[in-house]
Amino acid sequence: MFEATARNRRNRKVEGLLRLLFLWMTCMLILPVALILGVLVVRGGPAISWEFLFTQPLDNMTAGGILPALVGTVWLVVVALIASVPVGVAAALYLSEYAPDNRLTRAINLAIINLAGVPSIVHALFGLGAFVIFFRFGTSILAASLTLAVMTLPVVIVATRESLQTVPLAFREACWNMGATRWQTIRKIVLPNAISGILTGVILEVSRTSGETAPIMFTGAAFFLPFLPQGVLDQTMAMSLHLFVISTQVPDVPEHMPFGVALVLISMVLAMNGLSIAFRVYLRGRKKW
Amino acid sequence: MSAAEPILPDIAAADASAAILVEKLNLWYGDFQALLDVDLRVRAGAITSLIGPSGCGKTTLLRSVNRINERLGYVRTTGGIRLWGLDVLDPMVELAQLRKQVGMIFQRPNPLPLSVRDNVLFGTRVHLPDGRPPNKAESDRIVEEALREVLLWDELKDSLDRRGTELSLEQQQKLCIARLLPVKPKLLLMDEPCSALDPAGTEAVEELIWKLRGDYTILIVTHNMAQARRASEECVFMLLGEIIEHSDTASMFLNPANSQTAAYVEGRYG
Repeated sequence: MFEATARNRRNRKVEGLLRLLFLWMTCMLILPVALILGVLVVRGGPAISWEFLFTQPLDNMTAGGILPALVGTVWLVVVALIASVPVGVAAALYLSEYAPDNRLTRAINLAIINLAGVPSIVHALFGLGAFVIFFRFGTSILAASLTLAVMTLPVVIVATRESLQTVPLAFREACWNMGATRWQTIRKIVLPNAISGILTGVILEVSRTSGETAPIMFTGAAFFLPFLPQGVLDQTMAMSLHLFVISTQVPDVPEHMPFGVALVLISMVLAMNGLSIAFRVYLRGRKKW
Repeated sequence: MSAAEPILPDIAAADASAAILVEKLNLWYGDFQALLDVDLRVRAGAITSLIGPSGCGKTTLLRSVNRINERLGYVRTTGGIRLWGLDVLDPMVELAQLRKQVGMIFQRPNPLPLSVRDNVLFGTRVHLPDGRPPNKAESDRIVEEALREVLLWDELKDSLDRRGTELSLEQQQKLCIARLLPVKPKLLLMDEPCSALDPAGTEAVEELIWKLRGDYTILIVTHNMAQARRASEECVFMLLGEIIEHSDTASMFLNPANSQTAAYVEGRYG
């Protein structure tokens, strides 16, 4: 009565095969990551030294270090964050906490999705037209960062909105039913419980911003500029563009240098992602409901 | 209907024993009419329970009193609701003030993800009854008074920093009641306050509700006829959006005037 039939046995075999197939596909995902990291560490590792990180490039960028690019990337990211986080968080608060479900809201949501889908080279041209020429910021950190900010705004908005939505509606209703305003509810209950997700979004934005090349190419990043920027209206070198330049535009660059630059760049991004994960784990541990 | 032209004659102001006076209240959710010409007079300081089968409109009626129904954009109301003689449906009514005077308790306890102390103090921080947040000494006194009133002080006096969301369900529900008291509401609305609790929790919360009688007017929706019988003084039976019978609890259960009421309280449907 309870013995396996031929059909049961065949089902079991298919089940086992499918499980193996899916496992294999998943492993395929890890492969490129492991290969990229492995190649970068092996081939770029020897390039990394204090001198490489903290001196100017020399001999037409075929020797010396990457300090101006490293500092430039930090400038670009920080200014982009200052521009995009307040706008993005405010927009997400409006969409999540205030917006009625009407045509305007749907139009805004559509705009956000479309903004996320615009290719970065188009953002670059927009930044050139809007910030460099129309607002007369010139090719500068300000123009490049604002271009990056516009490009990453959807990331901040979507991450913030999603983390606001994870705060249960029951808490908001409890507040409203005690006569609290929307803002009192947001400040006392919603934001404190959504902050970990918002910070994760911000850190994701940092890692995305620091790697972008196209949007800064016409708007503020310089090919070669052996000085550190003094303010937001200066041009600057940047890691991503520097990598492009020494890989393809400059003859006779020793092979380990582009790999070294790529390794530093990817380490920055991974360090930021690691920080965001650690932070999220820490905050989740304190959150209970 | 304009504010200058009162819907009701001003008898309610003179009639101090009526906390809530509902007249000819009709309410639609979109095309569906959930309340039909409801007239109700709720005695001040008493516990009145609303009973009736699911979908009879008792929760809708409850939620009309502090106007939280309106949050669903498709609700339309006609008629009048007066609290202590004042028209609640007047567009000039400040909802924050209305909700300060009318506290609400829900089926599922909903303490905020804050400490027990901050849960109790939440209302004072929202409404600033003294024009400023209470200082340390006042806060301590407010927390102790509110928790004593809901019989939680002895259990929780040493763990005021625990999160409200970590307490047992019974404690959570009592905390939700305590949270309303510091801003001195006059009316408490309760929407099946015990249905998420175990029998011991139900008994404890019912005892608490009974103890609050007199200090507050309490309107309570319940599915549980035994609870209505144990824990209320007056009883309102609703069916399909209408009030069928309103009498003191003992007579509703012993000699219901209406045959539908009789059938319901005997458990023949519902």
